[in-house]
Amino acid sequence: MGKIIKYVMLDILRNRIVLAYMIFLILLGFSLFNLNDNPSKGLLSLMNVVLIIVPLVSIIFASIYMYNSAEFIELLVSQPLKRINLWLSFFIGLSLSLSLAFFIGCGIPVLLFAANSTGIMMIGMGILLSVIFTSIALLATVLTRDKAKGIGVSILLWLYFTLIFDGIILFLLFQFMDYPLEKAMIGFSILNPVDLSRVLILLKMDASALMGVTSAVFNDVFGSSVGMTVALFILLLWIFFPLWISVRKFNRKDL
Amino acid sequence: MIIATNVTKKFGKLTALKDVNATCNKGQSISLIGPNGSGKTTFIKCLLGMVVPDSGFITFNKQNISLDWKYREHIGYMPQIGRYPDNMSIAQILEMMKDIRKKKVANLDEELIEEFELNKIMDKRMRTLSGGTRQKVSAALAFLFNPDVLILDEPTAGLDPLASEILKDKIRKVKKEGKLILITSHILSDLDDIISEIIYMQDGQLVFHKTWELLKKDTGEEKLSRAIANVMKSKI
Repeated sequence: MGKIIKYVMLDILRNRIVLAYMIFLILLGFSLFNLNDNPSKGLLSLMNVVLIIVPLVSIIFASIYMYNSAEFIELLVSQPLKRINLWLSFFIGLSLSLSLAFFIGCGIPVLLFAANSTGIMMIGMGILLSVIFTSIALLATVLTRDKAKGIGVSILLWLYFTLIFDGIILFLLFQFMDYPLEKAMIGFSILNPVDLSRVLILLKMDASALMGVTSAVFNDVFGSSVGMTVALFILLLWIFFPLWISVRKFNRKDL
Repeated sequence: MIIATNVTKKFGKLTALKDVNATCNKGQSISLIGPNGSGKTTFIKCLLGMVVPDSGFITFNKQNISLDWKYREHIGYMPQIGRYPDNMSIAQILEMMKDIRKKKVANLDEELIEEFELNKIMDKRMRTLSGGTRQKVSAALAFLFNPDVLILDEPTAGLDPLASEILKDKIRKVKKEGKLILITSHILSDLDDIISEIIYMQDGQLVFHKTWELLKKDTGEEKLSRAIANVMKSKI
């Protein structure tokens, strides 16, 4: 298993996209921190960009990589290797390299300008999101055989998690304005890893006061260490659940 | 050595394999023959575990292959169309396979690598190779680990006459060592002196499994191509 991870990572490193992604994150971080005189403002802007960019790059890169490695996978399946190990190796190789690129690309500016608990929280969430969206991408690729269709599905999933889901929430909020929805919002945030990580980062910032009553409820639930653990657990579920389904599908897949 | 029992596989509405039963033993060299789309490649992929049968099971040395994956150590497989990672060089592919199979260097059979003169182009990336050179790499890989079973899917397709002679010589040599060889080929003249048994497939069904001697007697033909043509005609 370790060997396959090694080959996957070598292959990804030879591919310059991940390197470009890393440099882009570094440049983004430095420019945002220099534009804002206040590092916590810079962190807020960086967070907003990161929460869109990280899922996008992770899901698209991972699915394109999986489709391009179809031959590689075919070759390896005919070798004495366990299918589960093969699939997990690809998952680990991809998520390790994407997390590493994020950690270096975003970690350097954040640790230089805003090395506080909020900054560290953001780096942690970025890494978790990289892994979550790699896992979702693997599920999308195992379900669709056609490359164009699979990448389309990945883009749609990204759109759903970053835009459409929030749209639905806003719609519901306006429709049921007269009812107290603060508690229900917690339930909704669990359904979207991007939202959940945004909440977790915002709660560490002063800016959370801007969210009003909802923020108070969120703070009540996720502010405590128990709530934080539960939230992290839910994010981990977002990694394992898609991965588990994709492993099961891959085990029965014809190549 | 390999026993397939009632193997059935459907791709959507298409039945690729229908209740296939076959027994392959050590020392045999079996040729899988049949028209295009008769399920030969699907059957081979089932043996390798690349395609999972809908029903029925296959055993390798009395082990059910769906429960066991280590059996593939004993198989050398040369696919019909060798597909390899574009960015890797031939040397890297060979290195990786050795790494995965964890074989000792002393056990390696590098004869084909030398005979095909792959040493001279070791640093070439896979995407720059021609179809024939890719086939050479596939063949070299199939024989590299001295496997007990060789599964060759259209081995000579795309090879130049010289290379295909080298490969055939190699198959003859391996046959003498008493290994199980499974070959599919449409170029039947290639197979005349290599094979000992014939499996004929049509529309996903195994029509017959006979020794070459018996088929010669039944059809009264000396050449495999004529014998098979005879069989195909009588079937229509």
